[in-house]
Amino acid sequence: MPYFGQIYGNSSSAHWAGREAERAVENAREVMAGIFNCKPTEIVFTSGGTESDNLAVRGAAWTQRHKGRHLITTPVEHSAVGQTVSQLVARMDFESTVLPVDRHGQVDIEEFAGAIRTDTVLASVVYANNEVGTINPIPRLAEAAHERGVLFHTDAVQAAGQLTLDVQVLGVDMLSISAHKFYGPKGVGALFVREGIDLLPAQSGGNHEEGRRAGTLNTPGIVGMAKALELVYSELEARTAHYRRLRDRLVDGILSRVPGSHLTGHREQRSPSHASFVFEGVEGNMLLMHLDIKGIAASSASACKTGNPEPSGVLLAMGYTPELASSSLRLSVGKDTTDEDVDYAISAVSEVVEKLRRLG
Amino acid sequence: MMQRIVVAMSGGVDSSVAAALMVEQGYEVIGMMMRLWSEETASGGAHNRCCTPEQMNDARRIADKLRIPFYVLDTKDVFRRTVVQYFIDAHRDGLTPNPCLECNRHIRFDWLLNNALALDADYLATGHYARVDRVDGVFRLKKGLDDAKDQSYVLSVMGQNELSRVLFPVGEYEKPQVRELAVKFGLPTAGKQDSQDLCFLGDGNYRRFLSEHAPEIMVVGPIVRRDGTVIGEHAGLANYTIGQRKGLGVQAAEPLYVIGMNPLRNALIVGTADELGSSELIARRVNWVSGIMPESSFRAEVKIRYKAKPTPAWIEPLPDQRMRVTFDQPMRDITPGQGAVVYDGDVCLGGGIIERAAKVN
Repeated sequence: MPYFGQIYGNSSSAHWAGREAERAVENAREVMAGIFNCKPTEIVFTSGGTESDNLAVRGAAWTQRHKGRHLITTPVEHSAVGQTVSQLVARMDFESTVLPVDRHGQVDIEEFAGAIRTDTVLASVVYANNEVGTINPIPRLAEAAHERGVLFHTDAVQAAGQLTLDVQVLGVDMLSISAHKFYGPKGVGALFVREGIDLLPAQSGGNHEEGRRAGTLNTPGIVGMAKALELVYSELEARTAHYRRLRDRLVDGILSRVPGSHLTGHREQRSPSHASFVFEGVEGNMLLMHLDIKGIAASSASACKTGNPEPSGVLLAMGYTPELASSSLRLSVGKDTTDEDVDYAISAVSEVVEKLRRLG
Repeated sequence: MMQRIVVAMSGGVDSSVAAALMVEQGYEVIGMMMRLWSEETASGGAHNRCCTPEQMNDARRIADKLRIPFYVLDTKDVFRRTVVQYFIDAHRDGLTPNPCLECNRHIRFDWLLNNALALDADYLATGHYARVDRVDGVFRLKKGLDDAKDQSYVLSVMGQNELSRVLFPVGEYEKPQVRELAVKFGLPTAGKQDSQDLCFLGDGNYRRFLSEHAPEIMVVGPIVRRDGTVIGEHAGLANYTIGQRKGLGVQAAEPLYVIGMNPLRNALIVGTADELGSSELIARRVNWVSGIMPESSFRAEVKIRYKAKPTPAWIEPLPDQRMRVTFDQPMRDITPGQGAVVYDGDVCLGGGIIERAAKVN
């Protein structure tokens, strides 16, 4: 990684080192534009998914507010979208409709179209949910929004590296990603913003990123993100086939070996690497601790480092009881995961769930 | 195979040094902290004095420094159900409870110990000042080396099963040495204050706590002499404790002390210094650390409060987990609800909860 050392220039600087950095950043932008099927100028580099979501939702809501103050979103958004919408409602006089979701966590296209009002200016619907993996019908939702002149943003953080990011296919106006979800570095992300859409920048300052995001660009992060994205999309089908095979082995193994276990989210229409479960009579936090000691890095929606777990809002919105919504587990497979890894995880989960139930 | 130890960490100096000693001795160490129940504040947040965000961060930083995994366990419900409810119920019954005894009985050496064992730990280590040894196959609970810091009183609820699975690494040290060890290990808690009793109270004021959480037991009632003469009004029995003189608000020829309570009549009983005190007490829920009730009466020393001096007495084990303690001299402050803990020198033989002072002078 020369951009931490020899090529130390600021990509905004006019001298040779700056030019080298600028060239690297703009090459990265072109690579990503190829994958997004958009113009390089339609990509804004950010510090990650949260910043991308904030910039899209707050930035577009603010510039559209003269047209109307109604926003549409869902209860299964990442908090970067959910909290931003809440803030716009609580402090900036916006209104929001939070759409219901079905038991898989999916938004209904009719419900979505029905929620659009004359004063609706922006809709934001997650592409693939991070907790339960369910994929939303983004092209049809975006089309319905556009028929009524509503801007459409999707949080594609969980989808990136697994599903198409072709914004012409998806038909979205804005799309957020974060590099660490596809083997890129942590603390860097991007927002696609369709040409002609004006955003209020979240941070003001210099004229970086055509005035949409002030701040010195994270050259090594951006280069790493573009490379990681290029690698995964150059072999997307092979990778996702690998993910699907192992993921299905994991899901089938856990559902058959662990009594009182349930898959959450959609069985097929889900992010290929993603498996998520709830376990009757087990606390998610305890499950994670036991799996961690066994060398398995899992996550739980209700997990909390301060010992004060709350049931998952996503699972509650999908109709789960508070007790089950506190018992969630998310396991992902990766490019280097093997059949043996999956089988070990199945035995470990089975053993720990049984032990925790005995403990009461 | 390397032995696995779970250390109960609080962010304080004693448990931090306990964890560091276990790491130094080459065990596989896992740090655990319990998130206990705490009062909700008006602002919607929760506060108490033992597991604040600062304490949690301190414990996590120490675990990071020691390179051990660290988990915070949600202990709120079980703590509320056992320790806090016990505290309220005991005050309702006119007792002066010691919640640390209940916490060690139900939380630390039951709930937490079971969680540690479920994690395939060989032992649970805590930062208590006490020692454990084994003589002829029987585990003994001994006072900590530092007499001033000794915590065996609140550990007297432990039995053989618990002692066989517990380590007290700092019990072999005096407090100043523990602080030196904290410095030696580079632990940032070296200069911290000792933790407090009644950790679940935001401000340490149990009277305010009871007024808010159990207002029905903070009811005004009569202050009476032993013969039943009403001489004043009290502000709720839980405001008083045996031996208390100040704050009674009654006029009398000679100083009056709280000598008893009658929760059925909500009456506070007061008397003169001569009426105060008793040479005998009955304790219930008695635990014998050895697991075997002594067959006959024996001489020992008894502590009737955490900070009381061990006092010589005859101990008569009674059926139904009871015992009678007969002191050589009358004791002024035998307080129902507190622990009566029996010692043979440094060895804690067990203890129970004081039910009543049995013999009036």
